[in-house]
Amino acid sequence: MLDLVAFILLFPLAGSAINGLFGRRLRKESVGYIACGAIGLSFFVSILVFSGLLALPPEQRIFEKHLFSWIQSGSFNAAAGFQADPLSSLMSLIVTGVGFLIHIYSIGYMHEDKGYHRYFSYLNLFTFSMLLLVLSNNFLLMFVGWEAVGLCSYLLIGFWFEKKSASDAAKKAFVVNRVGDFGFALGIMMIFLTFHSIDFTEVFNAASHGKFAIGDVTITIITLLLFMGAAGKSAQIPLYTWLPDAMEGPTPVSALIHAATMVTAGIYMIARSNVLYMLSPFTMTIVASIGAATALFAASIGLMQNDIKRVLAYSTISQLGYMFLACGVGAFTAGIFHLMTHAFFKALLFLGSGSVIHALSGEQDMRKMGGLKNHIPVTYKTFFIGTVAIAGIPPFAGFFSKDEILLEAFVKGNVIYWAIGAVAAFLTAFYMFRLLFMTFHGESRVDHHVKEHLHESPRNMTVPLMILAGLSIVGGFLGLPGASALNHFLSPVFGGHGHNEMHGSEASSHHGIGLPSLMMVVSTLIAIGGIWLAYQMYVKRQELPKKLAERFALPYKVLLNKYYVDEIYDAVFVNPIKKISVQLWKRVDAMMIDGSVNGVARFFTGTSNVFRLLQTGYVRNYAFYIVVGCIFILILTTWLNK
Amino acid sequence: MITLTHYLVLSAILFSIGVVGVLIRRDAIVIFMCIELMLNAVNLSFVAFAHFLHSMEGQMFVFFSMTVAAAEATVGLAIIIAMFRNKDTVNVDNMNIMKW
Repeated sequence: MLDLVAFILLFPLAGSAINGLFGRRLRKESVGYIACGAIGLSFFVSILVFSGLLALPPEQRIFEKHLFSWIQSGSFNAAAGFQADPLSSLMSLIVTGVGFLIHIYSIGYMHEDKGYHRYFSYLNLFTFSMLLLVLSNNFLLMFVGWEAVGLCSYLLIGFWFEKKSASDAAKKAFVVNRVGDFGFALGIMMIFLTFHSIDFTEVFNAASHGKFAIGDVTITIITLLLFMGAAGKSAQIPLYTWLPDAMEGPTPVSALIHAATMVTAGIYMIARSNVLYMLSPFTMTIVASIGAATALFAASIGLMQNDIKRVLAYSTISQLGYMFLACGVGAFTAGIFHLMTHAFFKALLFLGSGSVIHALSGEQDMRKMGGLKNHIPVTYKTFFIGTVAIAGIPPFAGFFSKDEILLEAFVKGNVIYWAIGAVAAFLTAFYMFRLLFMTFHGESRVDHHVKEHLHESPRNMTVPLMILAGLSIVGGFLGLPGASALNHFLSPVFGGHGHNEMHGSEASSHHGIGLPSLMMVVSTLIAIGGIWLAYQMYVKRQELPKKLAERFALPYKVLLNKYYVDEIYDAVFVNPIKKISVQLWKRVDAMMIDGSVNGVARFFTGTSNVFRLLQTGYVRNYAFYIVVGCIFILILTTWLNK
Repeated sequence: MITLTHYLVLSAILFSIGVVGVLIRRDAIVIFMCIELMLNAVNLSFVAFAHFLHSMEGQMFVFFSMTVAAAEATVGLAIIIAMFRNKDTVNVDNMNIMKW
């Protein structure tokens, strides 16, 4: 069964090719069926592979499928091969499972779009790329998938490319990701120079067998470079600015790419390279600090946004920060656990917001919503579940994963990480319930003619919502503290080097049952506090936000304008580079390069114009040249013979 | 006494007249005749050499070249007649349809 691993990738690729090449001539229904069928089959094979792994004893749960040797040059050898192990099979389940639901949802959401087949072709291509990233067995193939998801992200953000804002956002996402990918590429080169291999198994075996001391400089540089790539792809400070703008794409795209899967690629990459990261405490500190900072920073921006999708975007950045915090303190399982639950509830929230937007004929501003709860009940109920899950109320999925991260941060990191995480959790609960109250509760602020069209979404959109809501409820039980099935399952990947995974549960045994239980109570209280505040401000005393905004005018303005980070980046990086580029264009390109090329051409035109006169076309003239030549040779020979 | 030099000078003069004729005349028939002149100038030097070196080989060459010249004259005149039929002229400057 494990041998089927390549088929997980084959179906989406085939689906993408069929819809991309022939989609224009196919009927809409067929396009949808092909796309969903491809992902469905892929999901099915993922389950087969997953159960195949489960059938093996834990320490043997790694399977490599070598397809062919891709690049071979000297000692450099990159294979096209796939690897099924607990981490990659879990990721492929998430990607294909959530992806399948989002594909079905898209049939309803994109129904009236004229680029229907193009959309599904891109979406399938994305799934293929993401699976390539997740399932590859070496860094270079992973990098190919990494770049390919970036490409698909670009294509899908700019899906409505007639809109200038959409094509600008697509460009921004692509360019900002380039910065990170540059680091990732350098990291891979460093890995090859250091280990003489880019194969996961070989590199990690070499690294874990004591060849490198803890804190080794080379490893630190490698891990920092890899983290640079991860920060770009997973939208961490300072490379997060592209993600909020990426909301210009269709909402299912935001759900699949910019919440559930692609943006978690950075977490996956770090978790995959955990052996290297464990060797570099310095990098781990950086990862944890940036993660914590991002979690807090993005959450604070999320407080003031009025666009429903942008709130969710900042929330995604903030939650990704949590995952990096977990990885940074060595709690890789907690990071992956949160990745999984986040994929469920954030996909749910995005799809729910898509359903709201669909119901309101494209309105995204929360100030023009309100009171929707009775008009779109299914969306409301599922959205409520998602909100509770992300806010961290037990027993919903988000509670367990977030709580585990906070616990690990407290035990293995330090109190500051925990405190930042806790504050961010408070803010998360607050802004998510603010969103919920502003959208679904209170009085309706919807336009009149929009209100007449208000309707619940079709079943192909609500059923995925319900399934995701179910997953958001039960997903957390995979990682119950103390008896974590996930922890057990992932331990072959993360547990190979002593001091990380089991630490958490060891810690809990050291501190008795007291600390984890205390933590749970504290984080629940924090979440409830956030919800209470949101309730006070946006339901009971609705004049309060306005008063606060007037009282704290400066902080309000700074938050509303997202700390002016975009403006600062524009002033510091974008505009100077643009200016330099214009100079390079005019001076170097137009004057020097074009000048020299055109100059060479002009020189030959000029000389040719002279020599052209020799070619008269009269045989007589040519004969004359021959005679002159003969006479010349005769004179020369006689003169030489003298 | 007429020496080899006299013959060779005569041959050179005839050859040069032929060359100049080819170069400056435009009438195809005249050019053709000038080529014949050049050919016969060379024949003259062949015969002169054969006589003064007491060798028959030069005379044999002349036979050959006269035969070839006769064949060439036939073909050449035929071409000139064909040209005239097409263009109503034998001026070589007008034979320029191959020129770009």
